[in-house]
Amino acid sequence: MIYDVAIIGAGITGAMIARELSQLSASVCVIEAEADVAAGATRANSGIVHAGYDALPGSMKARMNVRGNALMPTAVKELGVPYENCGSLVVAFDEEEDRSVDKLLQRGQENGVPVEKISGEEVRKREPHLSQDIKSALWAPTAGIVSPFELAIAAMENAAANGAKVYRSSRVTAISRQNSGFVIQAGQNRIESRFVVNAAGVYADEISRMAGGEEFTITARRGEYVLFDKSQPVKVRSVIFGAPSEKGKGVLFSPTAHGNMIAGPTAEFTGKEDTDTTREGLAAVMNGVRQYVPSIDRRSAITVFAGLRAVGDRHDFIIEESKSAPGFVNVAGIESPGLTSAPAIAEYVTEMLVTMGIDGTIKTGATRIRKPIEVFAHATPERQCELIDTDPRYANVVCRCEHVTEAEIVKSIHRPCGATTVDGVKLRTSAGFGRCHGGFCMPRVMDILARELGKDINDITKSGEGSWILANKTKEAAQ
Amino acid sequence: METRNLTCIVCPLGCEMTAQMDGRKVVSISGNTCKRGENYARAELTDPRRTLTTTMRVKGGGRVSVKSKDTLPKGKLFECMTVINAWEVQPPVKIGDVLIKDIMGLGVDIVATSRINGV
Amino acid sequence: MKADVAIVGAGPAGLAAAIAAKENGAKRVVVIERESHLGGILNQCIHNGFGLHVFGEELTGPEYAARFEDKAAALDITCLTQTMVLDISPSRVLTVVGPQTGFCTIEAGAIVLAMGCRERSAGALMLPGGRPAGVLTAGTAQRFVNIDGYMPGKEVVILGSGDIGLIMARRMTLEGAHVKMVLELMPFSGGLKRNIVQCLDDYNIPLKLSYTVTRIHGAKRVEGVSIAAVDNKGVPIKDTEEYVACDTLLLSVGLIPENELSRGMDIKIDPVTGGPEVDSHMQTSIKGVFACGNAVQVHDLVDFVTEEATRAGAAAARYLFEEDKAIAYCPTKAGTGIRYVVPQRLRLDGDKKTLFFRVTNVFKNCVTVARCGDKVIARKKRLVCTPGEMESLCIADEDIQGDVIVSVEEA
Repeated sequence: MIYDVAIIGAGITGAMIARELSQLSASVCVIEAEADVAAGATRANSGIVHAGYDALPGSMKARMNVRGNALMPTAVKELGVPYENCGSLVVAFDEEEDRSVDKLLQRGQENGVPVEKISGEEVRKREPHLSQDIKSALWAPTAGIVSPFELAIAAMENAAANGAKVYRSSRVTAISRQNSGFVIQAGQNRIESRFVVNAAGVYADEISRMAGGEEFTITARRGEYVLFDKSQPVKVRSVIFGAPSEKGKGVLFSPTAHGNMIAGPTAEFTGKEDTDTTREGLAAVMNGVRQYVPSIDRRSAITVFAGLRAVGDRHDFIIEESKSAPGFVNVAGIESPGLTSAPAIAEYVTEMLVTMGIDGTIKTGATRIRKPIEVFAHATPERQCELIDTDPRYANVVCRCEHVTEAEIVKSIHRPCGATTVDGVKLRTSAGFGRCHGGFCMPRVMDILARELGKDINDITKSGEGSWILANKTKEAAQ
Repeated sequence: METRNLTCIVCPLGCEMTAQMDGRKVVSISGNTCKRGENYARAELTDPRRTLTTTMRVKGGGRVSVKSKDTLPKGKLFECMTVINAWEVQPPVKIGDVLIKDIMGLGVDIVATSRINGV
Repeated sequence: MKADVAIVGAGPAGLAAAIAAKENGAKRVVVIERESHLGGILNQCIHNGFGLHVFGEELTGPEYAARFEDKAAALDITCLTQTMVLDISPSRVLTVVGPQTGFCTIEAGAIVLAMGCRERSAGALMLPGGRPAGVLTAGTAQRFVNIDGYMPGKEVVILGSGDIGLIMARRMTLEGAHVKMVLELMPFSGGLKRNIVQCLDDYNIPLKLSYTVTRIHGAKRVEGVSIAAVDNKGVPIKDTEEYVACDTLLLSVGLIPENELSRGMDIKIDPVTGGPEVDSHMQTSIKGVFACGNAVQVHDLVDFVTEEATRAGAAAARYLFEEDKAIAYCPTKAGTGIRYVVPQRLRLDGDKKTLFFRVTNVFKNCVTVARCGDKVIARKKRLVCTPGEMESLCIADEDIQGDVIVSVEEA
């Protein structure tokens, strides 16, 4: 079949665009190189829904940020993902930073964002763990936190439930024109589509070139993070940023939608494959956050990770139909505030495509709702009983740290665009996210994946091809 | 004459001992703090033996843990592993069941150390 | 459901506590176990070295566990398997879920916490590099190899020379893997000398002391690790960094008592052991709630777990029958060279007491001493004390006149 729109990339941008398009009668597919949705920057970022004072007034970033921030509360409700409107503070330690805060205040007002300046004492009243040395801060009440990969997964489930086809483990190797459309070679799949949306993250420049589209350059800028144990005592309620100064942007310290604290990111240019954390980077993160929260203990860390920002050479989002390849829409350079902007970018790109000629009538039966995932561990005892009555697998707790049950894991595998890997189960259920980080539950999760997918446990991977967990059965050589 | 070094494992002191060997004969031992250490050294140098603990395949899937009832010559462990790995045991299995009698003619049985219920 | 004594965990600690509770008069004893079988971690400890003190025999883990499983069955102790305790209220009501019970509450007259411990994970080490498949804790690898029958890799580097790391070095080698080296951050090994000889020397596996992993290489699967020597503060020395190709990194870098349930009950936790503070009856800061085994302090010999758990189970049973008479306590303290002392406080009840403790370093030709004020109330000459081997001292009740301080000194 010939799709109306093929979206390349199943990160937050591609997923939200797919979800928006799937409401219409146009046929949609999503093509993802990795084994799962949200495999790139989407699963390795701060999860901040920015208020919008930071982006340059008049830029696409500012426009999409502010609109995205306004759309986010509805989007998270419709897609049933946890979100908190916790606000953000940009804290200043000296004169220079205090002036910086003033600049952000002004910029925020220009962008139409509610912002105000507060004193150091007021900051500490709200956040007792913050440093005594903070002079002043910008307070932005409309900022929030969301789980970026849960949002992307929910959006993709919604899109798939509405009929969008998702090709995973399908790396695009060639794009050619045919008749009035495109032919995309992706893994074993040959996909034909009238229009193409390029949401390929750090590889967007290469994809654009493949299609004969615009020449631009995407550079990967890596950000390293440290995630802390939920039970550690040094907590803040809002997102804490450092005021921009000569030294740079600094790191942030923030709650996550799951209840952990997160610190980071750094910013260094690297290769597009390089998602390694480094000794220097992690030290820089710890030193950076100690400025805000002097009592944070590195021993409360439960994991570290890094993500790659897709930095475009135009220093703004590139969201436009390609002049040299009509029908090919670039959605590139979506670095921060990309997550916040996602609902707005989806809206904007959908309107663009309708103008370009796809069928914009609402599809019968399409829904914007993806029901929230019922988490057994958060249910009341009465509800837990009910759940067990409906499905006895709710009585089998697999992940001891997060109390994730077998029923939830099985469901995560069978939902649209469901989990096929250990990481896939982890992102959808939190199994493996807790204190022991999979030490206890990984073998069990693998058992369940093997059983539900009809595979040998030996073939279950961590995150797709190449990430094998088990080498072979013991004593194989003897047989 | 050959000098051999070994660490005693009889008690937490872990004395580092040195032995003078004439071929396979122990001529002298030094570095030990007690007689037990000396005895250990003599045995270890002339006929080092180990208990082998491993698992064996169970028909229908799974593993049963096994051990050698007595110590085996240290140099034969990998060969014994090959023999054990080729076996598959039929459940039920009780602890102490002899699964391989007189492995490799070494006079040592391989016995089950865990139990498997019958199917 | 109602129980006289409810025990969380059916490993060696839980089973011994259950048996002791029954033998000391508790009628309805229920053990709750999250695995589908009893025996706890012993089921995957297929090597021997268990039971030398308790049975006078050297048994493998499963054999040791079986002795207690059979005794528990003979005593008609109820065991709920595949059942997870979600919560325990301060009034000793356990909320559990499992295929046998569904969703269920258990009102207990007394509780014994015997949840064991878990392994410190890679993330907690903040190891730089990628997050490929192939980085796992030694215990998880042990489960794959011994229970499920799968090899988690072929070319292995092990970080941590505690006994689990050493045992897995041998196990993986016997099953055909190539264990390239064991790295240890400290200048001494955390494991028994016997294991160094029989797990490493026997197979020519090098042990590099004062070494660590500085980076994990590989995006999808481990391709290698960077290793480096460390200084006396544990900081990697730049010029010593080298690359070791491998496909598996096993971590044996620390055991942490499982105490989420205890924390949920607001039981006072000792920050050094990571387990509940207990008195000489293994009672926690909540009356009627006892704890034992690796959940209290990480043990090296299961025989001492059994002894400790027997005390806890007996005390839990007696708690049901004895009137709550006021009792005086004296705290114990860790003095020079001592990392922690269990129990953290002593009941002045006329009984002889045993103090268990660990030293902070390797001490040769030393004495372990218990003092009350200036008076030495117990003393033991030791040829060597190491952090990897738990020590003990017995003291008489009448000698306890105040704080009891344990220390290690030169002979």
